[in-house]
Amino acid sequence: MDILVSSVVAGVLIGMVLALVALGLTIIFGVMDIVNFAHGEFLMLGMYTGLLTADATGMDPLLGIPVAAVVGYLLGIACYWGFIRFLLRGPMVAQLLGTFGLMLLLRNLALLLFGSEDRGVNAGLLVGKSVAFGMGVIVPATKLAAAALSLVSFAAVWLLMNRTRVGKALTATALNAQAARYMGIPTERMNALAWGIGGATVTVAGALIVNFWSVNPYVGLLFTMIAFTIVALGGFGSVPGALAAGIVVGLLMEIPGIWDFVAYATEWDWMMDVPVTSFKYTFVYLAYFVIMVVRPRGLFGWKH
Amino acid sequence: MTAPLLTVRGLVVRYGKLTVLHGIDLEVFPGETVCVVGANGAGKSTLLKAIMGAAPVSGGEIRFDGKPVAGLATEEVVSRGLVYVPEGRMLFGPLSVEENLRLGAYVVRDEQRVQENLERVYALFPRLEERRHQAAATLSGGEQQMVAIGRGLMSGPKVLMLDEPSLGLAPKLVDEVLETVDTLKAQGMTILLVEQTVREALEIADRGYALQSGRIVVSGPGRDLLEDDRLRSAYLGL
Repeated sequence: MDILVSSVVAGVLIGMVLALVALGLTIIFGVMDIVNFAHGEFLMLGMYTGLLTADATGMDPLLGIPVAAVVGYLLGIACYWGFIRFLLRGPMVAQLLGTFGLMLLLRNLALLLFGSEDRGVNAGLLVGKSVAFGMGVIVPATKLAAAALSLVSFAAVWLLMNRTRVGKALTATALNAQAARYMGIPTERMNALAWGIGGATVTVAGALIVNFWSVNPYVGLLFTMIAFTIVALGGFGSVPGALAAGIVVGLLMEIPGIWDFVAYATEWDWMMDVPVTSFKYTFVYLAYFVIMVVRPRGLFGWKH
Repeated sequence: MTAPLLTVRGLVVRYGKLTVLHGIDLEVFPGETVCVVGANGAGKSTLLKAIMGAAPVSGGEIRFDGKPVAGLATEEVVSRGLVYVPEGRMLFGPLSVEENLRLGAYVVRDEQRVQENLERVYALFPRLEERRHQAAATLSGGEQQMVAIGRGLMSGPKVLMLDEPSLGLAPKLVDEVLETVDTLKAQGMTILLVEQTVREALEIADRGYALQSGRIVVSGPGRDLLEDDRLRSAYLGL
C-alpha cells in the first residue's frame, strides 16, 4: 500500500511541475499556432540560471527563480522579435525547421558556455530534507516546494490571462488574431508577450527542477517531448488543460511504482520480472501516440 | 461645406497579379450614412479592408480626419477612431457577450468611458444585457450581429464601417439590423455601410456608390441610385 500511495503522491507532485514546463508551449501555440521545438532548451537554460545564480551568490537555489523568470522573459521576447516574427510569414515547414534550428543553437551555446558534464545542486535550504505525510509517504522538500511554486505560477498566469486587460487581449489574439486587430489590439506585441510569458514560465520550471534533477546541455529534449504530450493531452492552447494533463503525465511516469505495488500485492512473479522502471517514459510517449491517433485536438481542447 | 471625414482617392488594391480595385474615389462627410453596393466579388469588402490597413494598398491615398492612414497598421487606424465591423461578425466565440464588448473598447483606457459606452450599447440592444454572461457563440445569428455592431461602437468611433451586417440573416432580422443602422444614423453616427440588400440599404443611406468589378459605376444620393437604370437592371432586377 505504501508504494502505491507514494507513487501517486510523487506522480501528482512531479505532474504539477511538468504542467508548468508545458504551460509556455501551450500559450505560444494557442496565440500564434507555432510549435516551439526549442522549448526544452529554454528549460535547460532555466536550470543553469538557477544553478549558476546559486553558485555565484552563494544563496539558496530557490532564489534563482526570480532571476530565471527575468532571463526567460527577456529571452522569449528577444527570440520573438529577432527570429520567430520572420518565421510566421513563411510556410509551416519554415516554422518547424526554424524552431528546430533555435533548439540546436541554444543547446550548442550551452555546450560552449557550460560544458557537457552533468551538474546539480548539492547544497541549499531544502536539499536533502524531506517531509513525512504518514502512510509511509515521504516527499523530498525540493519536490514539494517545486510543486507548490508551480501551482503559484499557474495561478499567476491564470489571473493575468483572465483578470487583466492585456490578458484579455492575449486571449482575443489567440482566438482570432484578425478580429483582435479590428479591436485595435497590437497583435505583434501580444505574440511577443506570449513568448515572454512562455519563456518565463518554462525557465522558472527549470529553476525549480534543478533542485532535484541534474542538468546538462542535452536535458532539454526529454522535457520537450514530455511537454508535447501534455499539450496534446490538455488541448493546444488550454491553460487549465495543461495543469490537468501535467498531473496525468506525472502519474503515467509513476506507473513503475504502481506496477510494483500490483506485483507485490498479487505475488505475480512474472510482473516482478519485468524491468518496468526502464520503460518509465515509454508510457508517456505511448500516451502521446494514442492521443494523436484517437483525438488529435486533445482531451480537454477548446481551440479549433 | 465641411471637410470629409474619410476620403479615398484613386485607391488601387492588388493581390499578386489580380487587381481587385482599379482606382476608387469615395468620400464620407461627418454625420453621413454612405452605402456601397455591388455584386459578390465587386470589391466591396476589399475596399473596407484596405481602408483598415488589412488589405495591401498598391496605389492612391486614404485620408481620415485630415491625416493619411494608408499603410498604417490596423490597430493604429482603429485607435484613430475608424472602426470596422467585419463581414461574418468574427466574434470571440468562447468569451461572454460582455467580454466581447469590452474587447471592442480595447483602445479606450478610461474605465468610466468604457462603462458609459457599455451602457449605451445595452440601451441600443437590451437583449445583449440579458445575455451578457452568455458565450457569444451560443447566441442566435441576429444576436451575434448585435454583439458585432455593439463591439464596434464600444470605442466610440468617429466612423463606423459595417461590412454586410445582414449577411446570413433571416429577412425579419435583416430589417432589424437595418433599423439599427437607421437608429445610429439618427443619433448622428457617421456610417459607411456595405450591403447586398441594395434597396433597403439605399433607402437608409444619404448617398450611395455602386461598385462593379473594382470600379465605381454610379454614385449619388441613395434615392437617385434607386432610380438609376443601370443600377436597377444590374442589381435590383427591375
